[in-house]
Amino acid sequence: MDFFDRFTIPPHDDPMLYASIVAIGLVSIAIVLGVTYFKKWGYLWSEWLTTVDHKRIGIMYIISALLMLFRGGADAVMMRLQTAVPDNSFLDAQHYNEVFTTHGVVMIFFMAMAFIIGMMNFVVPLQIGARDVAFPRLNALSFWLYFAGAMLFNISFVVGGSPDAGWTNYYPLAGTEFSEHVGVNYYNWALQISGIGTLMTGINFIATIMKMRAPGMTLMKMPMFTWSALITNLIIVFAFPVLTIALLMGTLDRQFFTNFFTTGDGGMDMMWANLFWIWGHPEVYILILPAFGIYSQIIATFSQRNLYGYKSMVASMVIISLLSFMVWVHHFFTMGQGAVANSIFSITTMAIAVPTGIKIFNWLLTMWKGKIRFTTPMMYSVAFIPLFTIGGVTGVMLAIASADYQYHNTMFLVAHFHNVIIPGVVFAMIAGLIYYWPKMFGFLLNERIGKWAFWNIVIGFCLSFFPMYITGLNGQARRMYTYSEASGFGPLSMVSFFGALLLAIGFVLIVYNVYYSFRYAPRNVGDDPWNARSLEWATHNPVPEYNFAITPNVNSSEAFWDYKKNGHDLFKGEIKDIHMPNNSGWSIIFAGIFFVFAFCFVFHVWVGVIIAFAGIIGCLLYRSFEKDDGHHIHKEEIEETEKKFGGAK
Amino acid sequence: MKELFPLKQVNGYIFSLLLTVVALSVYFFDMSFAMGLTILVVTAFIQAGVQLVVFMHAGESEDKGGIYVHTIYGVVLALLTILGSLLAMIWGYMF
Repeated sequence: MDFFDRFTIPPHDDPMLYASIVAIGLVSIAIVLGVTYFKKWGYLWSEWLTTVDHKRIGIMYIISALLMLFRGGADAVMMRLQTAVPDNSFLDAQHYNEVFTTHGVVMIFFMAMAFIIGMMNFVVPLQIGARDVAFPRLNALSFWLYFAGAMLFNISFVVGGSPDAGWTNYYPLAGTEFSEHVGVNYYNWALQISGIGTLMTGINFIATIMKMRAPGMTLMKMPMFTWSALITNLIIVFAFPVLTIALLMGTLDRQFFTNFFTTGDGGMDMMWANLFWIWGHPEVYILILPAFGIYSQIIATFSQRNLYGYKSMVASMVIISLLSFMVWVHHFFTMGQGAVANSIFSITTMAIAVPTGIKIFNWLLTMWKGKIRFTTPMMYSVAFIPLFTIGGVTGVMLAIASADYQYHNTMFLVAHFHNVIIPGVVFAMIAGLIYYWPKMFGFLLNERIGKWAFWNIVIGFCLSFFPMYITGLNGQARRMYTYSEASGFGPLSMVSFFGALLLAIGFVLIVYNVYYSFRYAPRNVGDDPWNARSLEWATHNPVPEYNFAITPNVNSSEAFWDYKKNGHDLFKGEIKDIHMPNNSGWSIIFAGIFFVFAFCFVFHVWVGVIIAFAGIIGCLLYRSFEKDDGHHIHKEEIEETEKKFGGAK
Repeated sequence: MKELFPLKQVNGYIFSLLLTVVALSVYFFDMSFAMGLTILVVTAFIQAGVQLVVFMHAGESEDKGGIYVHTIYGVVLALLTILGSLLAMIWGYMF
């Protein structure tokens, strides 16, 4: 059975691994049986799996992101548990390597990216008054490619073995010489597939925002989240091709014996680090800018004031987008290049703090003299400002190239980037999810449970990451699976572990809140439960398929507020037939074939690769000759729906 | 008849053929590496510009401002990436 040997996991006598294999198996069977029992296959297929509706795709992105949050979170708790006491033997070195690698990859690519793209999918077309994105079918394909990549990555630890070279996957460690088993192949292919999906999203949203805004909405009258989405997608389009090529070069090195990143034969191993961070640093801003956009919406709404400094907000985002491509060398200051190169990148890195600081002051000035309501989304936003500032300040510390020789590769760095990503991206996404929940499902999440979750998450975050600043400065290296008692890192690491537990409790509370509110929350919350300001709140809760019965006529970035308070006539004209795209199973089938293609490639099963490749070409040909003109929702039908919501707006 | 004849495209086609011939001369004439590469880079950029304006119709629609801004943004980022990589991987080791 030589052929099947390749799919086994490299030896590692760990009962936990087998337990998780059993758990995955049981959960999959439970899902299949559950759906069959409730006879939901038809509904699932026709309403969700084949959908091209941007709202449903957004919700699917967010559900996947939450699943991945728990997958990556379980990794995080395992790591904290392993390092809670000195000389712990809960995980061995190999297993620990795999856990921190998958934690990083899952959290960045499959949690954070999916969350921001999910938010953009749901919110952007509503904010600009469009019926859908520019290319709805492509949008569905983006989602399913992302999903295929995520699933491919997640089966790695039960079929063949997980990648273990860190989420940065540096060569030569990631080369075949030091990483013989298929883990890094999984890394290459899973990220390749989901990266292609992300790139298509980028193009799709630029086209949507540039071309499909409601009449009257000039660029400078777009709501701030849409601005952040536009800038983010521009960065995606310019950054992701670099990752695509770098991954391809890595694949060629590992599977076709080329020498791009090898140490001998003319290869440049550090070229991988260079290319990875040319993509990787813009990626940081791809994650944080939509988060900034969401905070801008939430802070303005709950301070009951218009956003302070709209133009400076836009300008600072444009500057950030340019600067984000000029700083990447700060990820490897200690690689050996001289003082001149390091100084240049040190200065550009510090310069990024300026536009970011402008945004912080703008949020503070928005709240200044505002009538602040401390709802759960607002509490996340208020907690974000000081916590993110601490992360930013330690970032400036790390930007000093000479001092970085001290901080490099220590827990100080780990504390820094979690300090910007968790209050920055994760808080924003949770806050955005709670804020837009009534738009998605038509009821509010319970505030009391939400606040319990909030306090658990904020306190848990501080307890888990602030101790790392201290142990890092004391010299604790990152990615070490254990340490001696004499090092003195024990007590603070234990504190970290308790913080991780609080975080875990907080996230479980959020899920419980969804369940609780689904059962008990009142459904008559109206169309505008938060007294919000921008255009997405001008339609119904939950949003009908066609978004707006009448295309709105916009006069400012806060069109809905003007409509409510200043008597602006938002909906001129009358209801007409609406042209909408058709659902199609093509996207999920195409992504499924891509999954098979990549899986076969990971294991060098060339027959499978060729067959799947033929399938890919077949799908492309089918799409090229397919005739699909969409369908019309008739006037009467729209009037009917609008009546159910209580009159057309 | 004049309106129907795509003069601009025909001229563009001839011009891009000319650029190809100039680029090809690097192979046939004996010149220094620096000289050859300069010719290739310059003709390549002009060629890309010709394709963009003449055959991909940039500048013919209302949003030509946006299209040119995006293009320039992209070129600037590409140059930054290349020069920055050279700085990090080669020049950085010289100083």
